[in-house]
Amino acid sequence: MGIVTPGFQGRPRVEAPDLPPGQYLTPDFPVLSAGPTPRVPRDQWEFVISTETGTEHRWSWDEMMALPQEAPTVDIHCVTRWSKLGTTWRGVSLDTLLDGVDTAADYALTHSYGGYTTNLPLADLRDGQAWLVHTYGGDDLPAEHGGPARLLVPHLYFWKSAKWARGIHLTVEDTPGFWETAGYHDYGDPWREQRYQGD
Amino acid sequence: MTALPYLDGNMLDGPLGEVFAVDLSTATARCAHCGTPGPMAGLRVYPHAPGLVGRCPTCVEVMVRLVRAPDRAWLDLRGATFLQFPMPLDQPR
Repeated sequence: MGIVTPGFQGRPRVEAPDLPPGQYLTPDFPVLSAGPTPRVPRDQWEFVISTETGTEHRWSWDEMMALPQEAPTVDIHCVTRWSKLGTTWRGVSLDTLLDGVDTAADYALTHSYGGYTTNLPLADLRDGQAWLVHTYGGDDLPAEHGGPARLLVPHLYFWKSAKWARGIHLTVEDTPGFWETAGYHDYGDPWREQRYQGD
Repeated sequence: MTALPYLDGNMLDGPLGEVFAVDLSTATARCAHCGTPGPMAGLRVYPHAPGLVGRCPTCVEVMVRLVRAPDRAWLDLRGATFLQFPMPLDQPR
């Protein structure tokens, strides 16, 4: 990229994208997976937000789809150093799901079909920063990319955007998840290159 | 995806050889979840992830995780209750 000079007949030069440090741009959508791909039929799918007091808020697939839908276009950054710009999704804002959830928790632990977990501050799920998405690029989200539905938290490294999302535990104490207990950073801000513990 | 999503445990020889002085390719590990012992080489290793994840071939629970940063490594073996290695015969003194 950048070596070939666009000719007089060429298209306008595209400015080099402003990527977080240490990232490269990919047109692909690499599949990363720490285990077998769960296959969850929509009629058996549910999403549960449980609070620190044990109160549970549940949505079936149809109930989730009946909620107000949003269509975020966002850049995503994987800790394995690829970034992908302008990805298009459709899903439900976490603001919508958390509306009416009475909690004093400061932390959230997302858990997935298949057993994966990842943690983040509850504040990072609010204010238009996070979605539960079921559509990618206009099509149903494929299972290898986390379908039927995954979390989308694009301002953090993509391991925080849990595939095959099943629910969120809201907790008073921070509870490190799958990669956070194996050396990866507790927060994971790509713009501060928080890849590993201590970064 | 056309390729198998996981590799066999033999692929761990190189990465774990960076950490251990003993040869783990001949070791036996017991799954903390289902209790099945088996050769490390028999693990199902998922390499297309932020780290290497070795799963029990019987119950598919995680037995081994290895994360490699440029200057550090993390090895999590909580999913294995033991590792058994062949050792040179301990001669009477």
